[in-house]
Amino acid sequence: MKPNTLLRRAFPPAAAIALFFLAWELGCLAFNVDEFILPRPSVAIAAYFQWQEAIWPNALQTLFTTLVGLGLAIAAGTLIGALIGYSALLYDALYPLLVAFNSIPKAALVPVFVIWFGVGTLPAVLIAFLISFFPIAVNVATGIATVEPELRDVLRSLGASKLDLFAKVGFPRALPYFFASLKVAVTLAFVGSVVAELGASNRGIGNMMVIASSRFDVPLVFAGLIVVALMGIALYAAFAILERRVVAWAYR
Amino acid sequence: MERSQPCVALRDVSLFYRGDDGREVHALEGVSLSIAQGEFVAIAGPSGCGKTTILKLVAGLMPATRGQVLIDGAPVRGPQKNVGMAFQNPTLLPWRSALENVLLPLEVVAPHRHHFRSRQREYEARAQELLQLVGLDGFANKPPYQLSGGMQQRVSLCRALIHEPEILLLDEPFAALDAFTREELWGVLQSLWLARRCTVILVTHDLREAVFLANTVYVMSKRPGRLVHMTHIDLPRPRTLEQMFHTQFTDYVHEIYNRIGEVRV
Repeated sequence: MKPNTLLRRAFPPAAAIALFFLAWELGCLAFNVDEFILPRPSVAIAAYFQWQEAIWPNALQTLFTTLVGLGLAIAAGTLIGALIGYSALLYDALYPLLVAFNSIPKAALVPVFVIWFGVGTLPAVLIAFLISFFPIAVNVATGIATVEPELRDVLRSLGASKLDLFAKVGFPRALPYFFASLKVAVTLAFVGSVVAELGASNRGIGNMMVIASSRFDVPLVFAGLIVVALMGIALYAAFAILERRVVAWAYR
Repeated sequence: MERSQPCVALRDVSLFYRGDDGREVHALEGVSLSIAQGEFVAIAGPSGCGKTTILKLVAGLMPATRGQVLIDGAPVRGPQKNVGMAFQNPTLLPWRSALENVLLPLEVVAPHRHHFRSRQREYEARAQELLQLVGLDGFANKPPYQLSGGMQQRVSLCRALIHEPEILLLDEPFAALDAFTREELWGVLQSLWLARRCTVILVTHDLREAVFLANTVYVMSKRPGRLVHMTHIDLPRPRTLEQMFHTQFTDYVHEIYNRIGEVRV
């Protein structure tokens, strides 16, 4: 991309974010909102710089649990998605179960996982996995189940195996759906790991926010929220760029 | 010409299947035909008469309920490897270039799949040659969405032929094209067939298309489909579009048209 177009593409979102922070800042000033209720962004950012040495290890911990959870969700979601996409029987059999699991509030599982695995990294990884698994499985299944029957006939009449059909048609065809789901899943995975860290970890941004709020350090809580949001944007952007490269054919 | 074993033979084939609504469909009844090696056969008939079903039976994509389907004397059990197929919808893979789409069968069908890497250049040259034959030189690296409908259909024909199948099965391949493009592609298909001399079964509801392309035209009744009429088209090759206005040509079309009229009532 030419620097010029990059600038033109980056300007609107940057301006929108700047306007958002400006409105927040001015709103707090205008209505004289207590810092204890809603700190101004400038205060939250100041808190970030004050505490950044403490924030970074926690942020990396959250990033780690999110990525591990997401990685598990990608592996399991692609596998289950491919299975239920190929087999109408498995689809009918497993779909209600998947919907049931997805309907369970993941926050409600945190105490259960603490009983099973104790406080630590594992509950956060599992919650991130569970919350981001469903959209991946459903999208991969859709991509594979909607392969045109004629295309299947073309390959079958060449003596193609199920594996050939998956490698040559099913998988590439499901990729745009996969990337679309990944962009949803990555943000959900952050939600999952932070929610779990709130109650079931002694590390991570979620845990840091609990400690900060128990000391009534609300600006630090908001600094944590902003860091999570920024990491979410960064991962989303990484996947969006990857998507543009891998499935350029789907964007024309 | 000596009477050799037919390339494709259907012996008293009937087919029932369960439709999407759960009702039993009687698609074919007592269909017998025999197609010689290198013959070009067209099957015409009202829509829903089971024309496509015949192609699926020959390709081995579905089994006959009664009767036998034979290829080179051997009964068909399961998908055949020496057939090429093309449909009304070109069904190209949008993530592959025209050339890569044409190469697809060589990546899948035995024995080519085992030497695909080592002989890739040779295979690519073969695909290029086919694309040239259908008038697509210079378009090999274009993705399908940059090709017109007629061009996509040409690529689809090349894909059906790249592995040099003995039998080419065509399911209304030109039905979705405009009249000019369609007639142009008749010429393309005719020259492909003259160059390759494979056995072709073309399903169509366009009688001029059937007479222009085929050696033998079969007429099917409405469901349950039966073969009710057979006409040998005795016109010299290569046939030209100009010939379609000669009485000899129009007489054939007229005769088949009347036959179809009889089975529709």
